[in-house]
Amino acid sequence: MLDFFMGHYAYWFTMILLAIGLYGMLIKKNLVKKTIGLSIFQAGVILFFVSVAMKWGATVPVKADGLPVSEVSNYMNALPHTLMLTAIVVGVATLGVAYALIIKIYNRYGTLDEEELLDKIQ
Amino acid sequence: MTGSNIPALIPATYILFAILIPVIGLWRSEITRALALLGSGIATFLSALGFINYIQSGEVIRYYFGGWMPPIGIEFVYDGLAAFIVLVINAIAFLVLIHSKEISKLEFPGRKMPYYTISMLMMLGFNGMVLTGDLFNLYVFLEISSLSSYALIAIGSKRAPYSAFRYLIIGTVGGSLYLLGVGFLYTVTGTLNIIDMHAMLPQVIGHSAVVGALILMVIGVGVKAALFPLHGWLPDSYTFASSTSSALIAPIGTKVAAYILLRVMLFLFGVELIDAQLPVTTIVGIFAGVGILYGSIMAIAQSELKKMLAYSSISQIGYIIMGISLANPFGFIGAVLHVLNHALMKALLFLVSGSLRTKEGHSLITKFDNSYRKKYPWTMVAFTTAAISMVGLPPLAGFFSKWYLALGTIENSNWMLLAVILISSLLNAVYFFRILEKVYLNNPDAEEADDAEAVSPQNNEVGFSMMFPMAVMAIGLLVVGIFNAYIVNVIFTMFPAGF
Amino acid sequence: MELTYIPLFAVLVSLAAVPFILLSSKKPNLREFWTILAGVIKFLLVLTLLPSALQGNVIELQLLEIAPDLPLVLRADTFGVFFALIASSLWIFTSFYSIGYMRGHHEKKQTRYFASFAVCLSSTIGIAFSGNLITFIIFYEMLTLATYPLVIHSENKKAIAAGRKYLTYTLTAGLLLIAAAGITYYLTGTLEFRPGGIFGDVELSQPMAITIFLLFLGGVGVKAGIMPLHSWLPSAMAAPTPVSALLHAVAVVKSGVFGVIRVVGFILGPDVMAEFGLNDILMVMAGITIIVASLLAFAQDNLKRRLAYSTVGHLSYIVLGAALLTETGLIGSIMHISTHATMKITLFFCAGAIMVNLHKSNISSLNGIAKVMPWTMAAFTIGSMGLAGLPPVNGFVSKWFLATGALEGGMFIPVTVYVISGLLNVGYFFPIIHRAYFKKGGEELEGHTEASPFMVVPLFTTAILSILFGVYPDLFFNFFDMATTVASSIFNPM
Repeated sequence: MLDFFMGHYAYWFTMILLAIGLYGMLIKKNLVKKTIGLSIFQAGVILFFVSVAMKWGATVPVKADGLPVSEVSNYMNALPHTLMLTAIVVGVATLGVAYALIIKIYNRYGTLDEEELLDKIQ
Repeated sequence: MTGSNIPALIPATYILFAILIPVIGLWRSEITRALALLGSGIATFLSALGFINYIQSGEVIRYYFGGWMPPIGIEFVYDGLAAFIVLVINAIAFLVLIHSKEISKLEFPGRKMPYYTISMLMMLGFNGMVLTGDLFNLYVFLEISSLSSYALIAIGSKRAPYSAFRYLIIGTVGGSLYLLGVGFLYTVTGTLNIIDMHAMLPQVIGHSAVVGALILMVIGVGVKAALFPLHGWLPDSYTFASSTSSALIAPIGTKVAAYILLRVMLFLFGVELIDAQLPVTTIVGIFAGVGILYGSIMAIAQSELKKMLAYSSISQIGYIIMGISLANPFGFIGAVLHVLNHALMKALLFLVSGSLRTKEGHSLITKFDNSYRKKYPWTMVAFTTAAISMVGLPPLAGFFSKWYLALGTIENSNWMLLAVILISSLLNAVYFFRILEKVYLNNPDAEEADDAEAVSPQNNEVGFSMMFPMAVMAIGLLVVGIFNAYIVNVIFTMFPAGF
Repeated sequence: MELTYIPLFAVLVSLAAVPFILLSSKKPNLREFWTILAGVIKFLLVLTLLPSALQGNVIELQLLEIAPDLPLVLRADTFGVFFALIASSLWIFTSFYSIGYMRGHHEKKQTRYFASFAVCLSSTIGIAFSGNLITFIIFYEMLTLATYPLVIHSENKKAIAAGRKYLTYTLTAGLLLIAAAGITYYLTGTLEFRPGGIFGDVELSQPMAITIFLLFLGGVGVKAGIMPLHSWLPSAMAAPTPVSALLHAVAVVKSGVFGVIRVVGFILGPDVMAEFGLNDILMVMAGITIIVASLLAFAQDNLKRRLAYSTVGHLSYIVLGAALLTETGLIGSIMHISTHATMKITLFFCAGAIMVNLHKSNISSLNGIAKVMPWTMAAFTIGSMGLAGLPPVNGFVSKWFLATGALEGGMFIPVTVYVISGLLNVGYFFPIIHRAYFKKGGEELEGHTEASPFMVVPLFTTAILSILFGVYPDLFFNFFDMATTVASSIFNPM
């Protein structure tokens, strides 16, 4: 049982991050906090990819002398890292749009609390 | 060799114009619409060329970016299905952009440049999603299109930014879940190329990561497609966005997401593997069926035309997803045909609501009356055409996609879904004939008021820029209906392996 | 002579008249000229098909593939020509009558009325000439939509409610029909109308057979007014009387029974019907409908509603005749399509004439009107006699065959139903005639004379036709020959 948890701790870590992110988005009333939750959620996915690339005893995927590339166990998987570079950019862009919208909402309604916001909209 | 660059040229056109429009728009904002029209016009022309090329030669173009062969490099797969969907979305976008002239003046004056820039970006994202043969690349395009559609939705009424924000939160979660699913699949197969992965999946199909990936991807894409019960973002977004934005997003956005679902379920996993561990198709089918009924019933309860259309979209997207979930040839034909039909119908209906908003300043169903028939005779004819097609009466297009979907349910002996199709057609009839009654008949309660306003309403028909796209779509519905056999014969060549 | 395209032209001619009707909305005389011109051309076109139909030939025109393996086919077989002849000939009468009625009644929106009427006729002829189920469905739905503006014509609350009810019933029916067609197509791979049915080699389970049958019954049964699917028909009497006369006594409801016979004889086929006991279901339903509708007719004071219930009953005569699954019964059933059409249209014309001329729509107020409107009431009497099955009116002929068919099959209950219903028919028509001829009319009748000749001539002509067809069933159109050909083709398929 313990082995099941300990053996997959990276996955459990991802799960916890996703859960925290989801909690932030669903439960928090403040729109900024919601975006923080969103960010944590995305970070969970990104860390999952990075953890997948991990190999014990391997080094970062930068070619080094004495470590032939043909021996793949020498290096961690480079692809997930590069993919996540893109995903991070996407995440930043998302945050940018989200904050632009939040500023717009604040200018119109003068609040970022969801309940107050809904009251004012009605 | 003809047209082998088309898959790359279509998104490239949009990129070019997404850069050109803001640069030129800085000092000449009045020509941004012309530029956007030019851009989507070129894209439509290219996709038409590509589709004709496909019909004539039947060849699938695989475009390798940078000359890198898959699975190392990213490829665009321009097969019949992609060619068809690309043509549909580009043509619809072109027509909607023609229509946007008056609305853009009225609903967001001075912000034409951002609007047209973002719409180019969004079309880039949608085209990329349809064309790409790489799962991660798909995610990137998904986010490009999503981010632009959040921005487009935010251009609208006072409430628009808030509904856009909600859409952003839900949409990003959907995108992230899809990405997580891709990660699961990557860990077990080591590839991201759809065709490559399809070949590898049979070896790893028993792995729990695969079924987890499938669930995550279906949920993630389901959010974008507004599959019940993941549709929460849709009604508000479509309602409060500017009429031209919702006319652009509603027919295209959810369709492309449904197309991704189709790719994932029937091309990536394939008919044999999709149900290997979980009865995925059955579950998706049930949600689609519930969504169809839910959307139709909610549509009846609405008093605002755009909101009604938004709920009706949820119901119609259910048809497409139901067709996919049937996983048989008839269901496939029905789903693909319905992508075209519903794109035409829903775009037309949103354009009508946009036209009414420009003329009347509102689109509240409760305020509709029979003066509209005099004021906007042709707009109302277009509306009636779309409505009858939505109800699914022959020989308009809507009937035929329902016909194939019905055949698909019969082939699977899925009587529940057959009943859903029939019942929802009736519900469609309820919410459309309700409006038609208001527009075409005297209001018996207001007979005494008749004498008061004895002045008969004058013809106040919308201008050419609005009439033209609506007329094209209305005629399109009839033409697609009557000649759908030709389209279906082309769809026959698009079947995934296993049919 | 090239006949192939005639069915197409016959369908299109009234559709082609629609733009002319709409364009001449300011000139009523010209507008009605187009209607009548289209009617006459349509009738002549159908008439040219008669000789070949009498020989049992089939003229088929494949238009285009509406879906792969599902062509849009117009086919003038004997049964189709039979129905098209009835509809197109009576349209001419109705057009003349409409002119008198609509002008006499100062109805609004006459242009819409005449245009919709033309579309309805196109759809009806389309239904008659449909070569397969999908074509049938297309025209069937077109008919539904085109009839709607006529039902709600007066645009008051009652009419709009009736329109809603009408749409609810008929659209549901259309959907059931589509579902039935889908299942049939899936099982047999075709939707062609083939004498004797298309289920020849298909293995059917009992529940499946019943499901298909019930779906079909729901689909065509609504327009055929089989209980409990009939209730739109009395409500639809809110429409102007010519609409009730042609559509709700001939075109729409007969499309329904035409569909029933198409389904029983050309899709399911007598063998399948008998094998799974489907004809028993149909017989029970039709039998109940005949009796109940006749009883309900008694309760109606509004003349048009009484006629509507009478129509419901008589439609089920036809359905019952088809359900007997005997050749003679089917001949009677097909004959009754034509005989009931001429008789019932006469009665509706009379009701309309009375309404326009004397502004009376209730039976209780019809005392003594025969003195004022002798021609109308004479025609009414002929029509009623026919419906009750008394010779020499043509209703007798079809009833005779219906009853003989039932006896031939050794079924006595249907015979009893026919007899009882005949008595009930006498029962609910006789009081009207009695009032009109023998009771003394009120003072309001003074100063009134017979209705306008536009109305009286058509209604009297149809009455005369009813007698002529009763005496010589094969007069002019060889209705009897045609019915025999159709029936034998179904029971002895090649």
